[in-house]
Amino acid sequence: MAFRLKLVPTHTNIDFFRWQWATFGASVVAVVISLLSVAILGLNFGVDFKGGTTIRTESTQKIEVAIYREALDQLNLGEVSLTEVFDPSFGPDQHVKLLRVAPQEGYEAVTPEVIEEIEAALLAVDPAVTFPSVESVGPKVSQELIWKALMAVAVASAGIWTYVWLRFEWQFAVGTVAALLHDVIVTLGVFSIFQLKFDLTIVAALLTILGYSVNDTVVIFDRLRENLAKYKEMPLREMMNLTTNETLSRTIMTMTTTALALLALIIFGGDVIRGFVFAMFFGVFIGCYSTLYVAKNIVLMLGLDRSDKSERKKRNGGGDHEFANIDA
Amino acid sequence: MTQSPLWKRVLILSTILAAILFALPNLFYERVERHNDAVAAIALQGGAATPEQEADLALWPDLLPSALVPLGLDLRGGAHLLAEVHVADVYKARIDALWPELRDALRPLRDQVGNVRRQPSPDGILRVAIGNPAGMEAALTTARSLAAPVTSLTGMGGSDLDIRAEGPEIVIQLSEAERAATDSRTVAQSLEIIRRRVDEVGTREPTIMRQGADRILIQVPGIGSAAELKSLIGTTAQLTFHPVLGTTQDAGADPGARNLLLPSMDEKGIFYIVEQTPVVTGEELTDAQPAFDQNGRPAVSFRFNASGARAFGDYTANNIGKPFAIVLDEEVISAPVIQENIPGGAGIITGSFTVEESTELAVLLRAGALPAGMTFLEERTIGPELGQDSIDAGQLAALVAAGLVALYMIASYGFFGMISVVALAINIAMMFAVQSLIGATLTLPGIAGIVLTMGMAVDANVLIYERMREELRAGKSPAAAIHEGYDKALSAIVDANVTGMLTALIMFFIGSGPVRGFAVTTTIGIVTSMITAVYVTRFILELYIGWRRPKTIIV
Repeated sequence: MAFRLKLVPTHTNIDFFRWQWATFGASVVAVVISLLSVAILGLNFGVDFKGGTTIRTESTQKIEVAIYREALDQLNLGEVSLTEVFDPSFGPDQHVKLLRVAPQEGYEAVTPEVIEEIEAALLAVDPAVTFPSVESVGPKVSQELIWKALMAVAVASAGIWTYVWLRFEWQFAVGTVAALLHDVIVTLGVFSIFQLKFDLTIVAALLTILGYSVNDTVVIFDRLRENLAKYKEMPLREMMNLTTNETLSRTIMTMTTTALALLALIIFGGDVIRGFVFAMFFGVFIGCYSTLYVAKNIVLMLGLDRSDKSERKKRNGGGDHEFANIDA
Repeated sequence: MTQSPLWKRVLILSTILAAILFALPNLFYERVERHNDAVAAIALQGGAATPEQEADLALWPDLLPSALVPLGLDLRGGAHLLAEVHVADVYKARIDALWPELRDALRPLRDQVGNVRRQPSPDGILRVAIGNPAGMEAALTTARSLAAPVTSLTGMGGSDLDIRAEGPEIVIQLSEAERAATDSRTVAQSLEIIRRRVDEVGTREPTIMRQGADRILIQVPGIGSAAELKSLIGTTAQLTFHPVLGTTQDAGADPGARNLLLPSMDEKGIFYIVEQTPVVTGEELTDAQPAFDQNGRPAVSFRFNASGARAFGDYTANNIGKPFAIVLDEEVISAPVIQENIPGGAGIITGSFTVEESTELAVLLRAGALPAGMTFLEERTIGPELGQDSIDAGQLAALVAAGLVALYMIASYGFFGMISVVALAINIAMMFAVQSLIGATLTLPGIAGIVLTMGMAVDANVLIYERMREELRAGKSPAAAIHEGYDKALSAIVDANVTGMLTALIMFFIGSGPVRGFAVTTTIGIVTSMITAVYVTRFILELYIGWRRPKTIIV
């Protein structure tokens, strides 16, 4: 037999429910901690959501952050954050800093005068400085963007719920949506605890995580549905273990290829999108975990009505819907 | 294993070839771009090409497709503005113009309604007190005769004015339907003027579109900064010609009733006292061009329409020897002395301009004034170097990602892994081909979307191959195992991709800018990866099986 790299042995017989309560408890704790952290520490919103201005500065001279800060202090701009940016792709004489200024009091729109003042003040201490990107968002728009982002996540969850419900059983839909809310909340928690910058692209990453997590879950459910038809008598718990073991090698394979691709982006993709890529990278792992330990747990807890579809239909007076059995 | 019908194989093969053909120009981005620019420039000149343009044309054969994936601002560099149009400005102008009309209409009814006086009121509302409240009914009837039906695209209906009595006062404002119709017109007009101003400068592929009820999104690649873009769009660029009453150096001087005190644009500390009512305004201009005066200094020549020319001619004929002021946005550009009657309605504005300034002023004048003021809610500038850095980083990351995924797939599935790597390469080509053809903008998150697609596209193959392994273990023949693998995995593949597409579509409708770019790229990636991972790999496998007829296969 030719050489094959196998992260997962051909036959596995892992009991995914052995630590059912421990893993489920861990998930609940992680969700609670994340929610608490978001409530107490809050998220480190970028200008998209908070309003204000981000200026990226680049200079051939190495100048301390403190000197920039001193130059800016005289301007009375309110809250200013200034950080040095490092990236393996930067040349030896490439010094990049990110400057963030809170929106100025009493303005709904952006304030170009402030940007001019800042640029002039920095040029005074560092004549070699350039400003490769300047982004300003007025508080009015940033409020709307927050709403749009929340809407996006809510609509996506509802859409997924509906799709999974139509294609499978309602218990699957509950399990799937619980799993992906878990993923989104824990990712938010990580961004809150480490105070990573949270902007519009992170919302896009969250939606991608939703898509990925569902993808993973749906593949297992698809197999479970097939097995439900095949083994009528097997207890649900065993059947879920069988299904998960059968699909485990695929779950790990896909996680690995996706993580590899994202890893390349984290290392080589530049600092501009690193946060975005990191969110997705983290999401791949959390999505995989929630597929294995959250979604199925919930389906098991809810139980499935495994009586024959036609019988159930008679009993319920045709309560089941006709899409559940369509195969693509 | 049963062979696919011939038409299916032909279709797949031609899809692959088309994908490669249409993706090809993107490999030679700069050459094709110069070629396309030359084509556009020659078409604009009416067919004759300069030698440089000929050289650019030759960079890319005409027979090959030349559509490129447009690059977003974050990759190409440029400026992004989100402007909010002050639609309410227009209400005020309309209502203010209504007052003299109403006064004149009520004059013949003085016996019935008594004296009329305009009362102080918020902008956009006209309050008129009448001396004799008993005549209110007659006054209201007269006021209503001034109203007209609302005209809008969505249909006619209702009066454009809301007229009611409040004690001894008539209160008039625009009706709700009229306000909606006016808003829509104001934004459309602003959009058109902005488009003309941006187009005048001739940048490549600007995006100017309406967003929501009263906003305009402006994205111009290649422009230096958002500030530059704003000065190009201008805020009002209102040109007026006023009679000059005198000059002063006192900024606090009282110009007197119905007069204005305006600063000079060039001479610091000089102020002009001018009559408030202009002789002619920029709205009556039909043309403005950069020019040079007798001394060879940059200037702007202009021409009025018939009514503007008459007013201008009459005024100059009656005021020879007196100065008059050319005022742009409340600043006096110059105040020449009228040398002679100017009957033709054409003239020249001199001042201390540079060539660029005179060109810009001509553009502003020609495009006309914006109907209402604007505030900018969002401004973004991305430098071209940062964009290029992002492209380079994205390319490197994509290559490394492709290499890693390919190695891993081949290590895991051997020959079958190689087939899926070929399919992956075709998938990337297809993504570029589709993006080029539909002109979907590639953004930095979009590049991340491509890389992510590489990781996720092989998922379908993984599902198929894992299924084949199971079928082989169950003792099926190679052909049957391959057949079953594709058949049984399809349902899972479709389910997985539909949900992925769902979230991408939501991102597209709710997101903006770079996020939208990501949504577009991943949506395209999901569709093309399903085609390549299912049909293309199957096509290659069928070719292989038909050729070698293996007794056993190892997945």
